[in-house]
Amino acid sequence: MKAAVVTFPGSNCDRDLAEGFALSGFEVSRVWHKDTSLPAGTDVVGIPGGFSFGDYLRCGAIAAQSPIAAAVVAHAARGGYVLGICNGFQVLTEMRLLPGALMRNAGLKFICRMQNLHVATTASAFTSTYASGQSINIPIAHHDGNYLIDQDGLAKLKGEDRIAFTYGINPNGSIADIAGVLSENRRVLGMMPHPERVVDQRHGGVGGAGLFKSLMGGMALA
Amino acid sequence: MSEPAITADLVAKHGMKPDEYARLLDIIGREPTFTELGIFSAMWNEHCSYKSSKKWLRTLPTTGPQVICGPGENAGVVDIGDGQAVIFKMESHNHPSYIEPYQGAATGVGGILRDVFTMGARPIAAMNSLSFGIPSHPKTAHLVKGVVEGVGGYGNAFGVPTVGGEVRFHKSYNGNCLVNAFAAGLADSDKIFYSVASGVCMPVVYLGAKTGRDGVGGATMASAEFDETIEEKRPTVQVGDPFTEKRLLEACLELMASGAVISIQDMGAAGLTCSAVEMGDKGGLGIKLQLNDVPQRETNMTAYEMMLSESQERMLMVLNPELESVAREIFMKWDLDFAIIGETIAEDRFLILHGNDIKADLPLSKLSSSAPEYDRPWIETPVALPLGEIPGISPIAGLKSLIGSPNYAHKAWVWEQYDAQVGADTAVTPGRSAGVVRVHGTTKALAFTSDVTPRYVRANPFEGGKQAVAESYRNLVSMGAKPLATTDNLNFGNPEKPEIMGQLVGAIKGIGAAVLALDMPIVSGNVSLYNETDGTPILPTPTIGAVGLLSHIDDLIAGHPASGDIALMIGACHGHLGQSALLAEAFGIEAGDAPSVDLLAEKVAGEFILSNRKSIKACTDLSDGGLALAAFEMAEEAGMGVSLLSHDIGQLFGEDQARYLVAADSAGATMMELAARAAGVPIARVGHFGGEFVTIGADAAPLAELSSLYRNTFARAIA
Repeated sequence: MKAAVVTFPGSNCDRDLAEGFALSGFEVSRVWHKDTSLPAGTDVVGIPGGFSFGDYLRCGAIAAQSPIAAAVVAHAARGGYVLGICNGFQVLTEMRLLPGALMRNAGLKFICRMQNLHVATTASAFTSTYASGQSINIPIAHHDGNYLIDQDGLAKLKGEDRIAFTYGINPNGSIADIAGVLSENRRVLGMMPHPERVVDQRHGGVGGAGLFKSLMGGMALA
Repeated sequence: MSEPAITADLVAKHGMKPDEYARLLDIIGREPTFTELGIFSAMWNEHCSYKSSKKWLRTLPTTGPQVICGPGENAGVVDIGDGQAVIFKMESHNHPSYIEPYQGAATGVGGILRDVFTMGARPIAAMNSLSFGIPSHPKTAHLVKGVVEGVGGYGNAFGVPTVGGEVRFHKSYNGNCLVNAFAAGLADSDKIFYSVASGVCMPVVYLGAKTGRDGVGGATMASAEFDETIEEKRPTVQVGDPFTEKRLLEACLELMASGAVISIQDMGAAGLTCSAVEMGDKGGLGIKLQLNDVPQRETNMTAYEMMLSESQERMLMVLNPELESVAREIFMKWDLDFAIIGETIAEDRFLILHGNDIKADLPLSKLSSSAPEYDRPWIETPVALPLGEIPGISPIAGLKSLIGSPNYAHKAWVWEQYDAQVGADTAVTPGRSAGVVRVHGTTKALAFTSDVTPRYVRANPFEGGKQAVAESYRNLVSMGAKPLATTDNLNFGNPEKPEIMGQLVGAIKGIGAAVLALDMPIVSGNVSLYNETDGTPILPTPTIGAVGLLSHIDDLIAGHPASGDIALMIGACHGHLGQSALLAEAFGIEAGDAPSVDLLAEKVAGEFILSNRKSIKACTDLSDGGLALAAFEMAEEAGMGVSLLSHDIGQLFGEDQARYLVAADSAGATMMELAARAAGVPIARVGHFGGEFVTIGADAAPLAELSSLYRNTFARAIA
């Protein structure tokens, strides 16, 4: 399986995400934001955390307009997988690959802490090796993770079982405690917590390892 | 454009004393131009020249088999085996942070990160030692919020994990907060970049962000006392842009790997002036600059402004001319400015051209080497009066006075605003004795701590200086790391006062004695003087940043006690209450002598912990608040109660040094007792962990009640 991790000039979790993929057996390539195409045969695109263009404008807004964006959107349109973490989640909402938006945390402060999550659905290639409702610990580190979507959108997410993860104790004011959502075809996941930071017991846990393992085993051909 | 005439008043405004100006005239043999006066004042101020402290800094032990490069470069370089090195330094950004807390703190972080990556190292850890006035002071909450947000705002976006630090409150910082930023990076030992220029007619290249008028004269400001006109100095504070810094990091590391860099220096204090002079001076070369070629953010900038601007995120490099196009391409990739603004020359000249005008023409080697150096008069701090009778207090009331004070309360409010895990190598996040970060791609790890107890230093500068080092040693040992080396950030008042100079001299002597005995040489550092407001000095605050090595991450001691585990105290307890946290917090008493530090006992106790780590579940050093506070913190973090046998206030809250608290199971405790007897290390069973109560002697309180006080105090104090 081939993963491609996109680096924007202000990405700072790109290496971590690439290693998260590699640890689960992916062949990983790195893509620069000024590139206009993805490596041939890319199965999953990773949009990493960080501050893609400094986040001086709305987080992720400029990244969604960068040269590589069209290729990522086309990859998703033909049924390819995309994983956006933290700033990557913000970028995916700005690319309109995922509904809703991420606002400033309700407490107005950056929050970095280990966060308890519930796996809300196992019906996706990202979450299939978790147990439904399983409680996992994955750290968060963000200033703008307060997920917002209108009531119709929320009803749709719920009705289509597209909420991937919810927070145990809501840290940022997200509607319905949402920590991660899936696209309609269930092949695009955006989430605020950082699974790539918990794939080694020596770093405080392996709560995120299941996600990469799920993907490695569970992706259908695009 | 005509420049102002040089008058006595203008000279004084540059922070230059009449005898220093006479020295300047003597060196150049004529009246300086306005730009030249600015250049001299920048090079000769305290911040850049260390003129008051140099004589004493020279006495510090800075060498050892582990030291690859000691003080004098942008940061110190220490060997960690396998051809790898850790590169680190701590630096203050006190005055800017008081004037504009967010930007002051942010640019402090940015500056120290550049010091590290300008040497070719990728930053892997940051810490911050912060000192504020009392919470009830009208400025304190504003400063705390701004500084913490600024530290986080810069470090988080740049992408360096903040893994440790300190926050303290004391009335002596009411008018002068301290922001000491530490950064450490990793590099291969044979790929470290220094600031020594070499070769004549080599291009001098400007890298990074454009130059604006921000920070003009900042280094001079950092070397002055504060008074009521402080608000007028706001325009001299720089503004940080971590997004540009992140790109500058990546571009510089790519550039270094390309072989294009002969020497490189970040533009920090006194910007273009200091960086150019330093590279030329170290290489025995002159430098010629054409200011028309400097990338400028504002229009009509003068030579004076460009030479003294402290705009952030800039570097100066001497380029290997054969690789110019490779270098230019890397900077274009990252959308950063790359401009050749001058060249190295054979003559000993610092020649500044602005268009066709010569704005400065100075003997370069004289600019740094001839800086004044003072042997300032100093008086030894008088021996502290013995501690008199102290009021009575129950153990739980004593504990509550500590955990109900923002000085000793849980600090999650602070560190949760810092990304502690970016890089995915962090093994221990803030809140423990030291932060621990894995050496990427290896099984090694590095531990980081910053320490000082300013009350001790004021009462007894020599013992206080020793104690700062000893505590950092213990904090590293508590995580299972072998202490390697230190950086010092010496924050003091006005050195022209003999009693303040006496504090500085005493503390340096103490630090020197301790780093020698504990084999933790000082490899870098920074001095911040004139930390006074309207004549009132801060507590002397020589912050020690220390780095330790875990040769295998499995050596980490980062567990928690389990219910039923035994609490063991390692080291001798004499119940020393002078200058203790208990007296300060419970009664407002800051009296008596500082605890004395037996450096041999420190070494023996530390080695005992490291050689018995397999028997240890959790370990912490005993410092402020003594046994009672340490036992509470260890138990609370594990979510359980603790029971201590003693009811004696001295034994519970005394701050004798060279001590640790260890949690071990029954078998481990027995093993440690046997080993301690053989090693001659004092050891005592002082209680056990578990239950829902904190019981101290005959006194007890529910864990839940204490935990709530401990975890809510900080936010409440600065709300």
